[in-house]
Amino acid sequence: MSTQRLGFADAARGLVARDLRLALRRSGDTLQPLGFFLVVTTLFPLALDPELSRLRDIAPAALWVGALLSSLLALDRLFREDAQDGTLEQLALSGWPFAGLLLAKTAVHWLMTGLPLVVIAPLAATALGAPYAAMPGILASLLLGTVALSLIGAVGAGLTMSLSRNGSLLALLVLPLAVPVLIFGARATALAIAGEPLGGPLYLLAALAVLGATLAPWALAAAVRIGLE
Amino acid sequence: MAWVWLHRFGSPPYFYRVATLLTPWFGWAAALLCAAGLIGGLVLAPPDYQQGEGFRILYVHVPNAWLSLSTYVVMAVSAFVGLVWRINVAHAVAASCAAIGASFTAVALATGMLWGRPMWGTYWEWDPRLTSELLLLFLYLGYMGLRNAIDDTGRADRASAVLAIVGVVNVPIIHYSVIWWNSLHQAPSVMKFGKPTMATSMLVPLLLMWAGFTALFVALLLIRARGEVLRRERNARWTVDVVGATQEAA
Amino acid sequence: MLKFLEMGGYAAYVWPSYALTALVVGLNIYWARRSLREAREETRRRLSSARAKA
Repeated sequence: MSTQRLGFADAARGLVARDLRLALRRSGDTLQPLGFFLVVTTLFPLALDPELSRLRDIAPAALWVGALLSSLLALDRLFREDAQDGTLEQLALSGWPFAGLLLAKTAVHWLMTGLPLVVIAPLAATALGAPYAAMPGILASLLLGTVALSLIGAVGAGLTMSLSRNGSLLALLVLPLAVPVLIFGARATALAIAGEPLGGPLYLLAALAVLGATLAPWALAAAVRIGLE
Repeated sequence: MAWVWLHRFGSPPYFYRVATLLTPWFGWAAALLCAAGLIGGLVLAPPDYQQGEGFRILYVHVPNAWLSLSTYVVMAVSAFVGLVWRINVAHAVAASCAAIGASFTAVALATGMLWGRPMWGTYWEWDPRLTSELLLLFLYLGYMGLRNAIDDTGRADRASAVLAIVGVVNVPIIHYSVIWWNSLHQAPSVMKFGKPTMATSMLVPLLLMWAGFTALFVALLLIRARGEVLRRERNARWTVDVVGATQEAA
Repeated sequence: MLKFLEMGGYAAYVWPSYALTALVVGLNIYWARRSLREAREETRRRLSSARAKA
């Protein structure tokens, strides 16, 4: 047994590697929210109108509501399994900064669910009539938005992880808190589609993401510790 | 000095006794203030220049809206105190706030809609005030849902405390993002959901109603908190005197 | 008096608002007192059953 204790950076790296390996092993689970996102965004034209110029108007709404709902789907899995098999408890007792470890877990979660969504969004956006020139703006807003959503959602997941599968409670907790992200993100996307400068809402979205990254770790650590009791 | 005061209130039997003593005072104060406010608002205040007699809904809408928000703040602050200093009385206060706050939010919404119908022409407008109230209602429902879902009282207290603190930090963010969102899409013809120009004779009854509702909130809170404190003091001896359980079982 | 009740034509909005407020206030008073009463009874019951076991 090594007498040299692992530093936090190494521990975090190890955790990230483990989580990535597990997620890649179960890539089906990881791809499901993506499929859900595509299905949901497909529903809007079917419910509305195949006319692209009209779809363009609701494209921001469809993209963002789809992103919100599919990230909700993925969130349940963030802590639940590790809570059940005792891994989270070990991490809590390990002596490393728990908030930092949880932030690392959330980062991996975003890498496997939020980032793929951002990558695939241009496809959905084009299907909803967004012009090619809008793509950088759409990508940027969804990038920031999914980060913020992962952080907010992680807190909700931490609070509900020990409850029997009750997806709608998680939604009720997370969605009102996600409203600012939705408002700024959808506005940025709409401006991008219209070809107008979207710096304002984009900066606000970035501010939300930063705020989330600063405050969420505290809330995460508190919530998960309570859930582990 | 403040800590002595805080710790004294943190003592469940002390809190229970003080709450029992104070409740009737706040209750009667609420009744008198609201009666005065109603007379002033319904009878004495002159009709508004723009909104006629319809503006009188303000006298119930504004106190409810104010209460809905301040109750959430009280809930979050006492949850914070309970979480950080592990004071059960604080958790009891937070738990008591939820139902009160949610119902006042609902009434604020309903009276807002009833006020909006004659003024705007529709029962609902996505104006920032109503939209914020609606989101606040969802926050309350989420808090109550989380509390209900966790069986153990202590864990429910702590988990919902985290939620309340996260929520209260978000409330200003949500509110300003909704105002921003609304300002982008100015509805063309509808009249602004504004307060009528306030003469003193209009303002005084509003202040009376506001004070009366605040007193009512405190009274309701004290009543509920007593019960919540009892529920958290399972085996404490002081509950015997308070509850009067004296007879030996047969 | 009739003018008062009519509220300048806004009666259909003003009076239901006040009535709803009064109703919810009343309900809150009732619920709060019932919650306290139930807590007291539960405590009483638990204390006497603890006494019985002692």
